[in-house]
Formats: sequence, C-alpha cells, structure tokens
Amino acid sequence: MTAAAAQDESDVVLRLEGVTKVYSGTVAVKQADFAVRRGAVSVLVGENGAGKSTLVKMIAGVEGPTAGRILLDGQPVVFFDTADAMAHGIGMVFQEMNLFGNLSVAENVFASREIVRHGRIDHAEQERQTAALMERLQTSVNPRAMVEDLMIGQQQLVEIAKAVARNARILIMDEPTSALSAPEVEILFRVIADLKAKGVAIVYISHRLEELMRIGDYITVLRDGRVTGSMPMAEIDLHWIVRQMIGSDAKDFSTPGDHKFGGEALRAEDVCLARVTGGFAVDHVSLTVRAGEIVGMYGLMGAGRSEFLECVIGRHSHSTGRIFVEGKPVRERDVGGRIERGLALIPEDRQRDGLVPILSVAENLTLASLKKLAKVFHISASREAEEVRREVRDLSIKVADPALPVSSLSGGNQQKVVIGKALMTAPKVLLMDEPSRGIDIGAKGDVFRIMRRLAAQGIGILFVTSDLEEVLALSDRVAVMSRGRLTALFDRADATEAKVVAASSIGHGPTEADKHKELSA
Amino acid sequence: MSAAADSASSSVRGSLALNVMRLRTFIALFAVLIFFAFAAPNFLHTANLVLMSKHVALNAFLAIGMTFVIITGGIDLSVGSIVGLCGMVAGGLILHGVDLRNGYTLFFNVPEIFVIILVLGVLVGLVNGLLVTWLNVAPFIATLGTLYVARGAALLISDGATFPNLEGSPALGTTGYAFLGSGYVFDPHLPVAVCLLIVVALGAAYLARWTPIGRHIFAVGGNERAAALSGVRVNRVKLFVYMFSGFCAAIVGLIISSELLAAHPATGQSFELNAIAAAVLGGTSMSGGRGTIGGTIIGAFVIGILSDGLVMMGVSEFWQMVIKGVVIIAAVVVDQAQRKLQQRVALQQMAQLA
Repeated sequence: MTAAAAQDESDVVLRLEGVTKVYSGTVAVKQADFAVRRGAVSVLVGENGAGKSTLVKMIAGVEGPTAGRILLDGQPVVFFDTADAMAHGIGMVFQEMNLFGNLSVAENVFASREIVRHGRIDHAEQERQTAALMERLQTSVNPRAMVEDLMIGQQQLVEIAKAVARNARILIMDEPTSALSAPEVEILFRVIADLKAKGVAIVYISHRLEELMRIGDYITVLRDGRVTGSMPMAEIDLHWIVRQMIGSDAKDFSTPGDHKFGGEALRAEDVCLARVTGGFAVDHVSLTVRAGEIVGMYGLMGAGRSEFLECVIGRHSHSTGRIFVEGKPVRERDVGGRIERGLALIPEDRQRDGLVPILSVAENLTLASLKKLAKVFHISASREAEEVRREVRDLSIKVADPALPVSSLSGGNQQKVVIGKALMTAPKVLLMDEPSRGIDIGAKGDVFRIMRRLAAQGIGILFVTSDLEEVLALSDRVAVMSRGRLTALFDRADATEAKVVAASSIGHGPTEADKHKELSA
Repeated sequence: MSAAADSASSSVRGSLALNVMRLRTFIALFAVLIFFAFAAPNFLHTANLVLMSKHVALNAFLAIGMTFVIITGGIDLSVGSIVGLCGMVAGGLILHGVDLRNGYTLFFNVPEIFVIILVLGVLVGLVNGLLVTWLNVAPFIATLGTLYVARGAALLISDGATFPNLEGSPALGTTGYAFLGSGYVFDPHLPVAVCLLIVVALGAAYLARWTPIGRHIFAVGGNERAAALSGVRVNRVKLFVYMFSGFCAAIVGLIISSELLAAHPATGQSFELNAIAAAVLGGTSMSGGRGTIGGTIIGAFVIGILSDGLVMMGVSEFWQMVIKGVVIIAAVVVDQAQRKLQQRVALQQMAQLA
C-alpha cells in the first residue's frame, strides 16, 4: 500500500496546493488540492460554476491564483501568462474555441510560433507539418482550408491539433467533446491513449459522466469551488460521482405550493430548428405546460434546450412547428407578436440578451411593455413609475433609485430586473433559460421563491437548467433533451438522478442504435 | 480617520470634476459666446445674432436627425446630398412644373411643394433604412451609396445648372416660396426657419423622452439583441430613424433654396460632417445608445458660433478648419475622460456603501 502510494507520488508532475481564486466578490475556487500524473488522464468534474474552468485556467497560466501554490516537478512555479505556461510544457484546449476563422488551418496551428525562414513564413513547411498532424488525428481536414469554412467538430479537432503540435507535457482539455460526433469522439480517445503512452499528463474536463468513466484514470470532483473528492477511477462508480457533485448541503428551493394546475398554457408541436452545419439543433420537439405548472428541462451543453425556448419565443425565423397558447394557435412569427400573445423569455445570458446596460433600471423593466404604459403614443410618467415601484417591491430588487443604470446592480438583482421585465408583459407562459446561473446563493433562493409564487398565480413555467439538483427540486415535471431531441419526460414522483442523467446522454457515445443510424445516414 | 476624510474629499473633488465635464457643452457654448463678445466687433448685435441663429438652424436640423441615427448605432452620410436633391426638385417644380407629356404642364402651389419635398426626403431615408435592415448593408456603406446617388440625381435634374429666380409666377400660383427662408414670425426678430427648428427640436426631444419609439431607439443602440428579445421591432425602429433623418434633410433643402431663391445642385456638400460633429459635440456616443437632442442643439450652436465668430474676427478659412477639428477632438477626449471618471466615482460610492 505504502509502496503503491510512493509510486503514485513519483508520477505526479504538477500539483496544486491550497489554491484559491477570488474574482471581484465571488470565490471561484477555495483551498483546492489537485494532482496531475504522468501518463494518466486526470478528470475534473462538477456542475456549472463549480470552478473547474477556473482551476485549469490557473494551471494554464490564464489566471494566477489568489492564494496557494503550484508545484511543477516538486518546484513552486508562477506562470505570468499562457506563453510562460507553454514554455513549461503546459498546453490547453479551451472550451470556447480560440481559433482565427479568417486564417487557414495551418496558420492557426502555428499561430504565434510561425516557422520562419529568411524572414518569411515558410507556409509549405507549416502545411506539411499540419497535414501530418491531421493524419495523426485521422481527419481529412485540408491544412489550407479556412477555419471558418469547417464544421464545428472539425474546428474542435484543429483546436486539439494546435495543442498536440506544441508537444506539451501536460495537456488540458476543457470539454473537448462538446461539439464532436460519436466517431470523432472515438478518434479523440485514440489520440488521448496515444499521448498517454508517450507519458503526457492529461487533464480532462467533461460533463458526460460515461465518457469520464471510460477514459479517466483519476477523478477529482468540485462543488462550489471546493474539492469534494479525489480518487483513482478504478475504485469508484457513477453513484459516487453524483453524490460528490451534488453533496448534502441543501439549497433553498422553498416548498412547493399545493395549488391545482389549470388547463394547458403552452403546447409546442413538432418544433424543429435546422443547424447551419447540417442536422437539427432542435429535432421535432413537442411539449405541453399547464397553467401553474413548473416544467424543468435538463440536458447537457448543446442539447438544444436554449434553442427550443428561442424557437418558442420566435427568435429564429426559420424554425418550424406549431405553438399554441391556451389552446389557440400562435401565428405571429416575431418576438413582439409572441410577447403580446402571452409568451415571455428570460434569456440565459442576461448581459448579452437580457439587459440594455446603459439604460436605467426603470427603463429596462418597462422596455417590453411600453405599449401597455402608453396612451396612444405618450408614456405616462406616473404610471410608469408606479409599475416600476410595484415590480421592484414584488421582486425585492435591491436598488437605491430605479433611475440608476442597470449595470450598477449585482448579478442577482440584474436577473430580477430581467424577470421583472418579462412579468410586466403579463405573460401566461414564462420561459426561463438558466434562471439561477451566475447569481449568489441568496439571490438563487429569491429566484426560486419567485418561480413558485408565479406558478401559484397560474403562470405556466418552462425552465432550462444544467443543475441536476435544481431540476429535481423545482419541477412538477422533468423534460430531458439530448442532441436536439426530447428523450424523456418524467413526473415529479418518477424522476430520479440516475434516470435523468441516463436520458440526458442518449445519443452520446457509440450505442447500437446510434451506429445503426450512422450507417443508414 | 484621515484616510477616510481623504477619500471622501477626493470623491467630492471627483464628483465636482464630473459635473464640470457633464456640463462641458454648456461651458463650451458660454466660452465661445463670451470670447467672441469681446474679440469680434458687433458680435452681440441683434442682427448678427439673428443671422447666426439662421446659420445654426440649418446644421441643427440635420444634427437632430443624425442624433437618432447615431443612437441606434448607425450613421447617415447621405443628408447633405438629400439637402441638394430636395432643393433642386423644389426649384424644378416651381420653375418648370411636371410635364405630363400630353401638352399640359402641372404646377403645384407652394404648400403642396413643401409636402412633396418632405415626402421625397422621407423616401430617400426609407431607401437608406431598407438597405440597412432588409439587405443588411452596413449603415456607413448604405448611406455612402445614397450620398452619391442623390447628389448625382440632383445634378441630373438641371444638367448641373442652377435654378435661379424661384419667385414663382402669380399666374401659376407658385409665389411665396421665399417665406420659409427669409420670413419672420414676430417681425423682425424670429426667422421662420428658427421657429421651425424650435418646433422640430421640441418634437424630437418629446419623442426621445416620452414615447415608446423613442425608448426603443435607445434600447436598440444600447443592446440590439436584448431589445429584439424584449419584443422591440428593431427593423422598424431603424427604418424610422433613417426616414426621420431624411425628413430633417428635406426641411434644410427647402430652407436653403427658399432663402437664396435659387437651387444649386452642389448645395449641402459636406453638411453631413457638420451634423455628425454637432451630435458628437453634444455628447452623442458613436457606439450607440447615448445622446440627447438638447446636447445636439448646443453642439450645433457651438460649431455655428465658432465658425461665424472666426469669420467676423477675420481668421482665415484654413485656420477655421483646424480650430473646428481641434474642438471636436477635444470634445470626444473629454467625453471619454468623463466616462472613466464616472465609473471610478460609481465604484468609490459602492465601496463606501459596502
């Protein structure tokens, strides 16, 4: 046992000790210990916002730790930037792709370390080496192709090739498979095995638990910035991971009311959204939400949940399918028309889609309901102020003066402003995309209470979340999407973690049905 | 204790500096007024002030339309050419009427001509708007295109010649065109053009502050995606601002040709740049979402007074251009400094609260 442990220690190339990272106000990683081993895959797992990406960004030199230290080969090191980390043999495949769409594949692979001969870039040599790399990745991407012309999966492979080309000793992959098809994932796994055999240490982040179980050698689970468990993969099972991920400290979901559901509030039939790169982002999804009911929609990143909500609200003009509100068909194609019919969306990214940052809190709140506040064309100041006051009070938005710019509020209060804006349109159906993302725990509790109250008032709520605990605690019914399709629909009583997780990975990994589909396709 | 007092006094100093910067356009206006009152003889004569206000009015009309366009995040380069085109069409209608090609020629009376020209301006604006929304052309390019097309059309109407003597003829009922450009409402101190400017400016300020479309203009410029997801019809808002800008340009075309009683096809060249300068000087942000009609009017006055005052002082035209450029750049530099200071003061206040 001790001999094994010692053997274990000698394999460690990089170790984080008591590392903490604080961003203005929030603590992303707290006192985390993490070891990366030579010739092994160390996986990191945790829910959204658990701190996985922050942790690896510190390893790759993107961010410096606020406290704690990083040991490389037993020696403390400080990375000034990514180039510095790279010089120490650490490479990273980022979650959000860092490619130049306007440059060729070869130019991307050799970006910032171009092969120069006589003061000029040796394009031929770069392309030759890139072609060799692509061969190793078993893909037929032309080194001279523009990256923007490639499909997303191919772009991801270029991103991986970029990291492999640097001959990194430690290679970090942050959700490398999120855009890959099943055969591409298989190729990636072969490449990883190949790198492992060469002694490269790999840090691997993914949400797909089956995938982790398959290729991981060591697993570290993060929750709310803390490491909750770190074990060799051989000694644990799926239940252990889920337990460590969710933990036991209860979040404040407030108690469900015992109101009765009303009639059908929303019915979506056969909603489809074609992807530009082929296939469907939303693949024939049908769903109903009753008045007063909270339906939670769970799925992995890229499962098509947000896109489904956007189809319902009318964001995508080329989506197909039928939408009914209270049984009556919605023929309006644009967002404005659908809001008038009683639909409202609270978008996932409130900075990008929810708020107009330079307008005031009051102006943001009333933005969607100006028509109701105006007589012919005149906005009544007293009525507007009154409505704003009411909404600020009802949602307990903490703001000194509604005339302040909305950007001066905290994340949680900004989210309440977005919710308030939707509520001022008097919706019958509220579509909420990740309503609790990026806000602190107290504000989360507030948002959940607001959802319960709205449901009790007879509004039908369809909300999307990546948080397993949240979807199970809040929903009257749980819908699960995977790869654009609705793969399961559970009543509250039937929904369990295992069933929901299983349904969310249908279509991922090489199942028999999938292989069959690919052959026929 | 002393540290706390220190930070308090520094934040007071910060907010004082902030207020000075917020009122910078006002301060600049008074600065140029006071300077020229001493430096230029006869500057404060009533006749001179009336004349200057008429000059300013022309730029101010264009700048009002431009302000809305810039707030949505666009730009309208075509306004100068619309001025020229509208003047030429008005002149053509008065002098030659519309040849119906059946031996008859149709003449319109002056109010009818006003309406036709205003509609023409709105239509050119509509073309700009459709290019920007439907065809997704960048505003800079779309309006650059209409700049050339409208100017070319103005030249084609008369083959490059001037339409002189637009007094009209009593027999055709086309007299009275001079009223708009050289008439006075309360004789002899309030020119019709200035009176009209007050009406349009108040209307535009009301629109910006108290109507849904006004709010939508700011929302589209502040965050187009969020506006669209809040049900704002972004394309309609954009169409509106370009049409309104064309409307303002048509007014200017009418006023100039009416004042001179002649229409020249080159009228209005580079007016668009003065209009943009006035809007920017008045605190309109080129990145959209920010701007006020009041600020723009003051900006137009600063530019107008500056150029007229320099002329009265006998400063060479070349130096005038240099000075105008320096003033515009200084305005934007101060604007940026204000943003930074504002952010810092806001952060300090937050820190003090916490």
